[in-house]
Amino acid sequence: MSEVSSTQEFQYSSPRHQAESAISGMWLFLATEMLFFGPLFLAWIYSRHWNQQGFDAGAQQTELIIGTVNTLVLVTSSLIYTLGVSFIEAGDSRKLIQCCVGAWLLGLVFLWLKFGVEWRHDFERRLFPASDFAIDDPHRDGALLFFVFYFLGTAVHGLHMIVGLILVGWIIFRARRKEFSAGFYTPVSVVGLYWSFVDMVWIVLYPLIYLIGRGA
Amino acid sequence: MSAVIADTTKHAKSYLTDGTTIRSWLLTTDHKRIALLYLGSITLFFFIGGIAAALIRYNLIAPRGMIGSAETYNRLFTMHGVVMVWFFLIPAVPVTLGNFLAPLMLGARDLAFPKLNLISWYLYILAGAAALYSLIAGGVDTGWTFYTPLTTAYSKGHVVATIVAIFIAGFSSIATGLNFIISIHTLRAPGMTWYKMPVFLWSLYATSVILVLATPVLGMTLLLLAFERIFHIGVFDPAIGGDPLLFQHLFWFYSHPAVYVMILPGFGVISEIVPAFSNKGLFGYKFVVWSSISIAVISFLVWGHHMFVAGTSLYSALVFSILSFMVAVPSAIKVFNWIGTMHGGSVRFDAPMLYALGFIGLFTLGGLTGLFVAALAADVHLTQTYFVVAHFHYVMVGGMVSAYFAGLHFWWPKITGRIYPEIWGRVGAVIIFFGFNLNFFPQFLLGYYGMPRR
Repeated sequence: MSEVSSTQEFQYSSPRHQAESAISGMWLFLATEMLFFGPLFLAWIYSRHWNQQGFDAGAQQTELIIGTVNTLVLVTSSLIYTLGVSFIEAGDSRKLIQCCVGAWLLGLVFLWLKFGVEWRHDFERRLFPASDFAIDDPHRDGALLFFVFYFLGTAVHGLHMIVGLILVGWIIFRARRKEFSAGFYTPVSVVGLYWSFVDMVWIVLYPLIYLIGRGA
Repeated sequence: MSAVIADTTKHAKSYLTDGTTIRSWLLTTDHKRIALLYLGSITLFFFIGGIAAALIRYNLIAPRGMIGSAETYNRLFTMHGVVMVWFFLIPAVPVTLGNFLAPLMLGARDLAFPKLNLISWYLYILAGAAALYSLIAGGVDTGWTFYTPLTTAYSKGHVVATIVAIFIAGFSSIATGLNFIISIHTLRAPGMTWYKMPVFLWSLYATSVILVLATPVLGMTLLLLAFERIFHIGVFDPAIGGDPLLFQHLFWFYSHPAVYVMILPGFGVISEIVPAFSNKGLFGYKFVVWSSISIAVISFLVWGHHMFVAGTSLYSALVFSILSFMVAVPSAIKVFNWIGTMHGGSVRFDAPMLYALGFIGLFTLGGLTGLFVAALAADVHLTQTYFVVAHFHYVMVGGMVSAYFAGLHFWWPKITGRIYPEIWGRVGAVIIFFGFNLNFFPQFLLGYYGMPRR
């Protein structure tokens, strides 16, 4: 009972009440995140419609292998984290920590591949939309636009990844201090929702970046 | 039992005196204190926006202008718009009266996420600092709507700083809206069903739905805008394959619902005050609450009426015109219900009620002239004229600011434990009503005869 009272905030009538509020808060936050990414996807598809060949030329320059590996890495990371959630539901704090560390490391692998390897290649090949842009006419303008979306989309997604890593790290920190049990694991669930959402965004970005127009 | 009650009263401290250090205020998570923090900061921005407005009017005294160049004038009205929209009108009632009253009306001890509430204030302050920086550094000349390619290719002002300010302010709004929605869902006192909630909470709820669903769209749109401005490449510039209309669609998808963010809490305030000073219950409670909700829903479907002359298709314009007319229905329901509440009641004309009556008159005029500009043919004549300026100031200032002052007067004793001098409250209400009409009614005529805005 003492453990329950230490985690329950004063405005709630019960731990369950608090957990429900926290989880619905995160769902609502994720709804706002959907609407945050929405205009990016809308503008992306809309601009592609008017600059199809340029976007195709841009998409053909992207690194499909890194993108695909990263997709697998990210989805696996979420899977492992979700396993961790079911372990703590059963009260196994040690396995939760192991899962979180695994998920965290895979997230780091994603960031390294994305920004350490792929972005570096992109800059070396002069694909950043600037005056020395590598793709020449007739598709220059459309390809420039494609890479505007590419860099903005991956940067914003990457920022969400970094926030996610901080959150997962925070869960590891708290789990090591034995704060979670079968009776209280709301933060673990809440962070899990966020961590899966970051996947969802990537699952929309992946075809927009690497697949559509590659075969054209 | 009586011993327990006596015990609690002995220890009960006012939230105002419970900790008097600056630290106890800046780190508070008490919704009442956060409401006061917000009240102070919002008042500051209200004055900044007001000074800009006064300078605009001063400049208009002479045909050639009284201060500086046309560009200075552009910077003035932009700063007036940016500050008033994002740093006063949108937050005003929800973060002050809403923060203070929502938990009290719900019968909750605080909002669902008190720390998030404090974070939202810090975000607001951060955003305000960025806005002040861009103001002091010289301002922007784009207008508060940031139309492209003017904003991204031609403007010489501090566009990026202003965009950053609005971007951050947006997250402050989202945090507030999210907190209200979750609180209303989960923290209602036992036995308080939805239809037993005070009507102010319903209007806060409708407001929060818009805040939470529309503001993120603005966030990403501003990111795209900043990217285009910084790297001189982007999605809204027709010179490089972009589309300026896309910007207008995205911007108004946020900014039209945002208009209802500004006015819906005002409806809630008036719906509380009119019954209180008529000694009667609110007439047609369910109609009032559902008209709030339907305004929130329809508000997402009318953005195209800002673009009637921008080159959108005639058929989409027809649909947007019809949908814009539909907003008038729930708005009119509210006005009739307030009048129905007063009918047969014993009405007292105290200061809050005078503001509320001013609100009803001015909002009705603002709303009805909205129908003029929602009509396609009339809008072609009236768009970009002072008629539009007068229309939205009747809603925003005549409506919203009146409602804000009405609410401040009404709940002032609750907030501070003191009563204001009644006579000065009444004098203020009357001066604002007549002064406002004196200022803005001629603008309807000027605009109708073709005087362009800006």
